[in-house]
Amino acid sequence: MDRLKGKVALISGGARGQGAAEARLFAGEGAKVVIGDVRDDLCKKTADEINAKVGSKAVAAIHLDVTRAADWRGAVDACQREFGGLDILVNNAGIANMKGVEETSEEEWDSIVNINQKGVWLGMKAAVPAMRQRGGGSIINISSIFGLIGSSGSAAYHGTKGAVRLLTKAAAVQYAPDKIRVNSIHPGVILTPMVDVIPREDLQPIINLAPMKRGAQPEEVGWCVVFLASDEASFVTGSELVVDGGYTAV
Amino acid sequence: MDRLKGKVALISGGARGQGAAEARLFVGEGARVVIGDVLDDQAAQTASEINSKTGARVAVGIHLDVTRAADWRNAVATCQKEFGGLDILVNNAGIFNMSGLEDTSEELWDSIVNINQKGVWLGMKETVAAMRKRGGGSIVNISSVAGLTGSTGSTAYHGTKGAVRLLTKAAAVQYAPEKIRVNSVHPGLIGTQMIDIIPPDQRQAFHSIVPMRREGKPEEVANVVLFLASDDASYVTGAEFVVDGGLNAV
Ligand SMILES: NC(=O)c1ccc[n+]([C@@H]2O[C@H](COP(=O)([O-])OP(=O)(O)OC[C@H]3O[C@@H](n4cnc5c(N)ncnc54)[C@H](O)[C@@H]3O)[C@@H](O)[C@H]2O)c1
Ligand SMILES: NC(=O)c1ccc[n+]([C@@H]2O[C@H](COP(=O)([O-])OP(=O)(O)OC[C@H]3O[C@@H](n4cnc5c(N)ncnc54)[C@H](O)[C@@H]3O)[C@@H](O)[C@H]2O)c1
Repeated sequence: MDRLKGKVALISGGARGQGAAEARLFAGEGAKVVIGDVRDDLCKKTADEINAKVGSKAVAAIHLDVTRAADWRGAVDACQREFGGLDILVNNAGIANMKGVEETSEEEWDSIVNINQKGVWLGMKAAVPAMRQRGGGSIINISSIFGLIGSSGSAAYHGTKGAVRLLTKAAAVQYAPDKIRVNSIHPGVILTPMVDVIPREDLQPIINLAPMKRGAQPEEVGWCVVFLASDEASFVTGSELVVDGGYTAV
Repeated sequence: MDRLKGKVALISGGARGQGAAEARLFVGEGARVVIGDVLDDQAAQTASEINSKTGARVAVGIHLDVTRAADWRNAVATCQKEFGGLDILVNNAGIFNMSGLEDTSEELWDSIVNINQKGVWLGMKETVAAMRKRGGGSIVNISSVAGLTGSTGSTAYHGTKGAVRLLTKAAAVQYAPEKIRVNSVHPGLIGTQMIDIIPPDQRQAFHSIVPMRREGKPEEVANVVLFLASDDASYVTGAEFVVDGGLNAV
């Protein structure tokens, strides 16, 4: 009920999918949340829905393209203006692509690296000074099991998610003295619009590679993010939490 | 308050240290716990302290030597007799020593492997049937950062903790169809009696290589164990959770 009481969180890509689930859980645990996304209408709708449910302005929606430093500055300003500060950053925005090494065009490469990887760095860069002002904070970077293992497609995506894993550790080491914890989460197959584009007959065999033989609801990642965001994880930094139904244990 | 409501947990090595912190935390979240240890008096005392604080009989201390299958069977029977079943096992009992490869006697080797490694296997072997009856469960095996990387001493300890890491993954894959989740926790330096054997200057030097520059508290590991034990971690299995103040990220 109040595991995040008094805290302010910024969630990128919070309009839908896992980011939206996290916004709902965070608000339920007493946090104030700013959700930033390029899907402006959906982002606002998600915030309105949560506020209506909570019965107060717990969530604010803003435009945030994670590849633009100016947008990040606007997002951090919004946290401070609306809710008085920033304690938690969830670098959740991301795009997938299912192409192999040769099939990937240079435009596609640049776009996925900009969003999934540079976006995470820019987010941390913009958020850290605000967290320092609060005496500490928690950053959660959403990588993927595809940041731990390879597959025959998604070459650029694998690269970006592997980068996020190590960016996380570098930032964890750098900011431990400032009491800012930085951890990565590595989801397996999560049933969000990102995977909805994959035909069911192609998706099921992938899902079946996980010993649990099911995909997860976004809330099942959301609770992991709540834990890492909360003070319960006070000695956890530079750590990677795999939430994949056993996919990478095989 | 009620993240483990209705659940019954068995914690090995629960008389003191991290195991005792887990027992206290679990009970605070609505669970009932059986604490098994070779330190019989202390196990009973820890249980009675919890009970008098809670004002109800929610904890029981029993004799459990994790190297003995018969003791495990008795522990499971106690869970069923006292509290009606078993949902959570924390394989926490362990011993530590700093001997290097050649300094380790065969007696020492056998004893540490029996307690830290065979004990974990026996615990899983004897509890799975009881969890199956409840339609699922959660097993948390306490490994260590010493199960992920090496050091110049503690050779046998490293071996056992590395074994626990992979025993965990094997069991996670085997029991996923039965909805029993199995995960490992990898603490860094935690301030319990176990590490009193580390010479003070060495212990101090150790702090300086931890990015957070300090030891963890038993409660900080217990929070991680609680998360994995609870339904919040419903899609987490075969995972390894590092709680080390950033030590392993360097
Ligand atoms: N769904 C899965 O199976 C899965 C598995 C592992 C990791 N992930 C990761 O989880 C994260 C969340 O994905 P999801 O599953 O909720 O998918 P999703 O597509 O539903 O959500 C992603 C969100 O990010 C937003 N976004 C995209 N580009 C952006 C940009 N430039 N700036 C700001 N926002 C942007 C999208 O508009 C969308 O709202 C992603 O980082 C993804 O890579 C997903
Ligand atoms: N303290 C640390 O820095 C640290 C770091 C990483 C991992 N760990 C691990 O955490 C776990 C808990 O250790 P702790 O730090 O609380 O130390 P601790 O010594 O305070 O507790 C260990 C408990 O295990 C019990 N035990 C020992 N042998 C047993 C046996 N054969 N059967 C049943 N119980 C037995 C002990 O009596 C004691 O109560 C251990 O597995 C340890 O290896 C500890």
